[in-house]
Amino acid sequence: MAETAESKKEEADYKRVHSFPLIRHTDMPEEMRVETMELCVTACEKFATNNESAAKMIKESMDKKFGSSWHVVIGEGFGFEITHEVKNLLYMFFGGSLAVCVWKCS
Amino acid sequence: MPVPQRMGPVKPKQELKEEFTRILTANNPHAPHNIVRYSFKERSYKPISNVDQLAVHLVLDGNLLHQDSDEACRQRARQGLEKGNMPVESTVAEMDNERPDTPVFGEGVAEEFGAEERPDSAESKSTRREQKLTNQFNFSERASQTLNNPLRQRECQTEPPPRANFSATANQWEIYDAYVEELQKQERNKEKHKAQSMKKEEEKSRKKTAVVETQSDDITNVGRAAKIMERMVNQNAFDDIAQDFKYFEDASDEFREQEGTLLPLWRFQYDKAKRLTVTALCWNPKYKDLFAVGLGSYDFSKQGHGMLIFYSLKNSTFPEYIYPTLSGILCLDIHSSLSYLVAVGFYDGSVAVYNLKEEDDEATYRSTAKSGKHTDPVWQVKWQKDDMDNNHCFFSVSSDGRVASWTLVKNELLFTDITKLSVGGATVERSEEARHLTMACGTSFDFHKKIDYLFLVGTEEGKIHKCSKAYSSQFLETYDAHNMAVEAVRWNPFHPKVFISCSSDWTVKIWDHTVRSPMFTFDLNCAVGDVVWSPYSSAVFAAVTIDGKVHVFDLTVNKYEPICHQLVAAKKTKLTHIEFNPVHPIIIVGDDHGFVTSLKLSPNLRKKPKEKKGQELPKGPEVEVAKMEKLLNLLREPDNS
Repeated sequence: MAETAESKKEEADYKRVHSFPLIRHTDMPEEMRVETMELCVTACEKFATNNESAAKMIKESMDKKFGSSWHVVIGEGFGFEITHEVKNLLYMFFGGSLAVCVWKCS
Repeated sequence: MPVPQRMGPVKPKQELKEEFTRILTANNPHAPHNIVRYSFKERSYKPISNVDQLAVHLVLDGNLLHQDSDEACRQRARQGLEKGNMPVESTVAEMDNERPDTPVFGEGVAEEFGAEERPDSAESKSTRREQKLTNQFNFSERASQTLNNPLRQRECQTEPPPRANFSATANQWEIYDAYVEELQKQERNKEKHKAQSMKKEEEKSRKKTAVVETQSDDITNVGRAAKIMERMVNQNAFDDIAQDFKYFEDASDEFREQEGTLLPLWRFQYDKAKRLTVTALCWNPKYKDLFAVGLGSYDFSKQGHGMLIFYSLKNSTFPEYIYPTLSGILCLDIHSSLSYLVAVGFYDGSVAVYNLKEEDDEATYRSTAKSGKHTDPVWQVKWQKDDMDNNHCFFSVSSDGRVASWTLVKNELLFTDITKLSVGGATVERSEEARHLTMACGTSFDFHKKIDYLFLVGTEEGKIHKCSKAYSSQFLETYDAHNMAVEAVRWNPFHPKVFISCSSDWTVKIWDHTVRSPMFTFDLNCAVGDVVWSPYSSAVFAAVTIDGKVHVFDLTVNKYEPICHQLVAAKKTKLTHIEFNPVHPIIIVGDDHGFVTSLKLSPNLRKKPKEKKGQELPKGPEVEVAKMEKLLNLLREPDNS
């Protein structure tokens, strides 16, 4: 019993501790990076259950702010190989299990 | 109706009574009644339903004009005045209206006429009216064309924004790993920050580390390469010496039966050590080409700073390690297993331990007045085996008559007095005061290779004491060795009983520690600075004298004379110390100008005893020597006793 309680606690800890947004790879300038990251966090929190809506929100905002042809992928398990415009890529983790990849390519 | 021109045969009466009806219509009998016209619309020939039935009998051209037609107006205008009876429809209003109208060009005359004339100007009014109506067929267009700039085409292609490829995998474990790593990094940063905030000079230290790091990054990258380059250059520069060192064997030794020579090899010198005397030499047990030189001064009046320098045979122009010291060094010893620990004894009586692995120039451990440093110069230090607690320890002997043992415990040096040397042997009878006054000055000591607790101490009075670590007040034995101070005492590396001593009284003596008188005595005609056994033979030893000569003896070859004595140093340089290299056939000799010369032993000097083949420790010749000694002693003892 104690073990399960401990493991639950660990899980909760892990969730709490591992859910901050962690940027894995990016070549965006500082300002853009911060803004994009916050946008992603907002979108993921708002549409916690629906990745598509979150991605849609992110893509549309990015298009408006930074120009056309952004692409957004949100998911928990995927591999990818993309061509992106230099200085327009953000790949981050969030929420302990979500991975978000945002890039621009017209 | 066509009238038949001829009558046919007479018809019967019936036929005559037949009534023929004739219908009179308005149709033109000549008109065709089946005209077909091509209809383009239906693309076929179509009969026209209504055929024109009109027959024209007479055409006459008349000359009646409609009064409103053009021709009539013109005629009227021409006739104008003559005709007055034309029916007029005049309205005054119309006249008034017509006047302010702008006269139409070409008909202004007519208008004026009409306006001024009589009441039948109505007709002219009407003409005017007619003339003022827009004339669809009689107008002129005015148009102009400005200069249009010629058109030109311009094209441009910008560079597209640069693109790059990127690929990754997003799995649950990747995400987890990334988070864990990030957390660890954060923790490490926190620790670093804490540690830094502990130090006093926060910013300075950070700046320093930042600066030093960048500097050392540049230098250390080059440093290693530079070191290799330096060694290469040295090797090239001293190529012949290197070749000699490795391969040269003096061929003439075959002809000289019992003599050998010393071939000078490299000469080691350091600028800042020019005025200092070489006071100690020691080979590194691990790295066979590295040796330590202690520099100081033997002169009582000229005491200054000292130096601890390490040279490598691979680089004779510059030392590998340099440690400047405040006081002159008198002795040093390198730990046998941990070759980075060096124990040093100073002229001011303190001892220190240097750790070669550490970056800075300071001694790792240093004895102070509180921690029992000697009150007189320390003449000899020697490392011992680690004690029970695995702490390193070493012994030192000094002119203040104490033999002390020092233990490295964590950050300190702890000392214990082992023995106090006093004149005339340790006797209980003398009073304490007398004992203090008559403390002997230890000048040299050596520990037995096999028997751990046994060691020898040479004193300034010329006596050699055999002591044990266990007994602090009593000596096991005292030998009246020399008339002057004993410069060096050394056990034979092979024979467990034999030791050698040298002194400023010009003699070198070989002893059997069980016998109180020396086995052999050699007079070298000059004060002897140092004597040392060779590591490869139990009967070979070398000594240096103040006149700059090195004497090499081989007892198996010649029991009375050196097989080699050679002037090594320049005039007026005293040789102070000598050491054999444990592996290579070379010796290093230190002199009082701070130079260290390396010499190669010619083959004759390194003859290994051929008595017992396959035996590493040639006890063979030693047994012989001992037998000889005993023979000699048998001769002597009856005399002495």
